Amino acid sequence: MLKGKAFRFGDSISTDHIVPGRLAHLRSNLPELARHVLEDADPTFAGRVKPGDFVVGGSNFGLGSSREHAPLVIKMSGVSAVLAKSVARIFFRNAINLGLPVLICDTDKINDGDELEVDLKKGTIKDTTNGSQLTFSPIPPAMLSILEEGGLMPYIKKHGDFKL
Amino acid sequence: MGKTIAEKILGKKSRTDARAGDIVVASVDLAFVQDTTGPLAVREYEKAGFGELANKDRSVLFLDHAAPSPNRQLSTDHISLRRFAEKTGCILSDVGQGVCHQIVAESLAKPGDIIVGADSHTVTAGGLGAFATGMGSSDIAVAFALGRTWFRVPESIKVIVNGKFQKGVYAKDLILHLIGMIGADGATYKALEFSGDTIDNMPVHDRLTIANMAVEAGAKVGLFAADDITRDYMIKQGRGGDYQPVSADADAVYEKVIEIDASAIEPMVSKPHTVDNTASASELKGTKIQQVFIGTCTNGRLDDLEVAASILKGRKRHPKTRLLIAPASKAVLLEAMAAGYIQALIEAGGIILPPGCAACLGLHQGALGDGEKCLSTANRNFKGRMGNPEAFIYLASPATAAASAISGEITDPREVF
Repeated sequence: MLKGKAFRFGDSISTDHIVPGRLAHLRSNLPELARHVLEDADPTFAGRVKPGDFVVGGSNFGLGSSREHAPLVIKMSGVSAVLAKSVARIFFRNAINLGLPVLICDTDKINDGDELEVDLKKGTIKDTTNGSQLTFSPIPPAMLSILEEGGLMPYIKKHGDFKL
Repeated sequence: MGKTIAEKILGKKSRTDARAGDIVVASVDLAFVQDTTGPLAVREYEKAGFGELANKDRSVLFLDHAAPSPNRQLSTDHISLRRFAEKTGCILSDVGQGVCHQIVAESLAKPGDIIVGADSHTVTAGGLGAFATGMGSSDIAVAFALGRTWFRVPESIKVIVNGKFQKGVYAKDLILHLIGMIGADGATYKALEFSGDTIDNMPVHDRLTIANMAVEAGAKVGLFAADDITRDYMIKQGRGGDYQPVSADADAVYEKVIEIDASAIEPMVSKPHTVDNTASASELKGTKIQQVFIGTCTNGRLDDLEVAASILKGRKRHPKTRLLIAPASKAVLLEAMAAGYIQALIEAGGIILPPGCAACLGLHQGALGDGEKCLSTANRNFKGRMGNPEAFIYLASPATAAASAISGEITDPREVF
């Protein structure tokens, strides 16, 4: 069971919002880069997020660049999962490759600051602040098998190849 | 039941029947990273203890995003990539050669290939009939090591374009029109497959522009048939032997069909801060702009510079509008010099940037000031994209960009012909 606070973001949060190109010089200094996570969407986020919290987006979360640094800095900030109404393809694949769950659900019912409990096995999200219960779409089996190993590199280390 | 181009290529490369929705493991013909995604890929590769590259002659490191590097950190990243190339024997495309996607189109992509790159605009090579798509650094590290990767075979959306463009309307306007119509997530996880008489007669550079922006509708790939026009382009590049025809079956199954009348499209502009926020250039007349940027993997090719030079020749940029031009590759720069385009652009008040990605992603060169507006021929106008979250980016064709540079405000290029 994952527990934490919801940080609510709007629709179309791009990878430039999450980790802009002007910070490309920090990509080999990940702890420093992570201090800027989601800076162009909410400059206060990096200072407020606590381990276990959730990034909650609207539609088309993570659109844009293939930069894996986007889900990487979100993960490094301690976020336990990204929740969104829909998610861009490359961001989704990158997040799973890093072992960061991305859960597709109707995030309209979640308000900024709500306390959430997520059961990855049952596929349920409980908003304990407003009492609402949500379900998320099952993660596709091929991606789940990578996620369950903790990401792509641990998966390949264990299996030596794609056994999907 | 017939197959789409995506199903055909993925089927052949995975030696399976490959129908939409299937998961396949397919061989990779070309894998690459660039200098902002490469260092992470190289670190993961080395951490995993992968030995030799599966195919060193088809693995490429491009130094194009910070080219030349603006600071010590990125210069040090370049060192790590050059070392990796030396150690593994893979191809290094060093600073000054140009944008990865342009070089892939010029010299590396073949119709029917599977191409994966740690850059979202890897989709560009779909203009040559390659299944080309962007992934993250870890995926490319694994593709370097294994020579294969996994895909979900995408459903395809067939985009049929018929008719002739009006004067002043280009492929860029067509793709902005399409994205405005279906939205920035209108093709998420799907293949966009382009056909119709407009496409059949379209030169390769325009197909590359359209394929390049498929990802801006969320698509996994933007695919074009490889035909006689593709073959002639490849012969011109000195690699006619790499050509093979690629096409969909007549009875292929599509999730959706979209029909577009090319003759009805106007010069289009994407307004801040999303690509699907489109309007016609004429609707935005009077919008003052402080910078025009012509270049990138979308519109930095020879034909783009030709259009811009033909409009700007003998004219001057507006005194309050900076004009930056970045040819997409060294080859493009050399040809544009020989053709006199560079001379015309500089005489009009333009500044030539080195071949590379430069201003497009706000990494260096051409960063915008607070409140400034830029009209760019690139593919993205996200908040913060050109180095400043307090600035505003509009996207358009090279013709609209050139016309707007003269007037200092967004201008329908048909006004200056």
